Amino acid sequence: MTMAEVPHERVLVYDRIGSNKRSTILLMLGFIVFTALFFTALATIIGYYADPSADIHSDTVIRIAIAAALIATGVGVIMYYASTAAVLLISGGHEVTKEEEPELYRIVENLSIGSGLPMPHVWVVEDPAPNAFATGRNPQLAHVAATRGLMDKLDKRELQAVMAHEMSHVGNYDTRMMTTVAVVVGLTALIADLLLRFTFYGSGSRSSNRDKGNGATQIILVIAIIFVIISPIIATIMQLALSRQREYLADASGVLLNRDPDALADALEKISADPTPLQHANKATAPLYIANPLTEHGSFLNNLFNTHPPIQERIKILRAMG
Amino acid sequence: MGIIIVIVVIVAVVLIGFIFVGMYNGLVRGRNRVREAYSGIDVQLKRRVDLVPNLVETVKGYAAHERGTFEAVTKARAMLQQASGPAEAAQANNMLTNTLRSLFAVAEAYPQLQAAQNFRELQSELSDIEEKIAFARQFYNTNVLDYNNRIGTIPTSVIAGMFGFAPEQFFEAQEADRAVPRVDFGAGGSAPAAPAPPADTTTTGGTPGTSS
Repeated sequence: MTMAEVPHERVLVYDRIGSNKRSTILLMLGFIVFTALFFTALATIIGYYADPSADIHSDTVIRIAIAAALIATGVGVIMYYASTAAVLLISGGHEVTKEEEPELYRIVENLSIGSGLPMPHVWVVEDPAPNAFATGRNPQLAHVAATRGLMDKLDKRELQAVMAHEMSHVGNYDTRMMTTVAVVVGLTALIADLLLRFTFYGSGSRSSNRDKGNGATQIILVIAIIFVIISPIIATIMQLALSRQREYLADASGVLLNRDPDALADALEKISADPTPLQHANKATAPLYIANPLTEHGSFLNNLFNTHPPIQERIKILRAMG
Repeated sequence: MGIIIVIVVIVAVVLIGFIFVGMYNGLVRGRNRVREAYSGIDVQLKRRVDLVPNLVETVKGYAAHERGTFEAVTKARAMLQQASGPAEAAQANNMLTNTLRSLFAVAEAYPQLQAAQNFRELQSELSDIEEKIAFARQFYNTNVLDYNNRIGTIPTSVIAGMFGFAPEQFFEAQEADRAVPRVDFGAGGSAPAAPAPPADTTTTGGTPGTSS
């Protein structure tokens, strides 16, 4: 029992809330600017394919850019407000009541009392892989989710430690940031995928017209193709930069809330030892989970692009706390 | 020249005024946070106070002659009801915890009581309340510490002194809350198991709750 008489640090770290809010705004602005540029280039390509003989004037491009900026802003705003619902939908979970899942619900209730956060919505994902995530724009609209596997394989104190980790993501607005990132990354990957197909099919059928374009058109075409190729890479790098440190910090503030570092270490050990992959996670939503749900062991690329810090390192830090 | 000095003085006064107002508001916010956090404890204490008579009645139905234990529980409950202020409430609550522990130890000797659905539900609810009190206490004490630190340190201590901001009381937990099992009875074999039931019932007690 390492129940400290009086805590030595605040449970909510206000600096991090501010930093997360600022990063979210920057991310959204970046997304809007990038998308606008991207679609300007894209519209230009389409124009070129539709009528390769026409010259592309700079004021046409500017008009396209203004339209693209407006549309990108609209998409950005919708995305920001729909991100939580999108993440929950992808997770394949369902919301549960206190009567349906008394143990999980009580644990979350206790942690919400301990952290002074409003009671979040509690979700369960019917999947045997043990994992958990939190999402929501702010603590008032927060959702925390546990998989069936997590509830079955962990004992009560371990489950509480994992949920404390998730509650600290909620408390310091990691959820706002990470949910927005997930949707930005997901959407970018989807569009890039569609465009690559379009570009290849398009160029195949119209290769005979291609030679007629002038120099400026060729340059724009090249820019557009570069955009298509680099956008998923940029999105992935962004995701990496944002998610690794966050897990260590959520471990630490989760322990501050739950007062039992060994419980979280035990839970992470069980989670990492479990070979079951999570069915409903994808590359975009993976960073939201407490442990990487997409484990393919040993792959060099996988380690390079890992969204989560090594779980053994996290366990070591937690053991040192206890 | 004179005008510049006047302006500088005015700006300085206004700035200091703003800083003072900011510090004062910060203290008010801190005090409000502490009070709000206390209401989180209070809600759970009230739930506990409301539950105890039910529990006593249920146990009485099976073990009517254990009068001393019932009286101790009822007395502690009354003390908690009348307690004013966090320190007093914490003391009364700890006393109630001890007497309830004795009550559950007594209940160990009555298998029929142990098997009663009603008793198990009450036991599970009480242990839920105890956990919630522990978490509410943690949140409350964090806020008290933060507020008291601000009152005690310069420069906010000056404002605190001027406007009578007093330090708040902590809600103290019992020494060695769950570590030491209390063995008050000659019940022999059942005594070492005494601290276990509250922890057990949260896990096992949840299941019958779902089916009913």
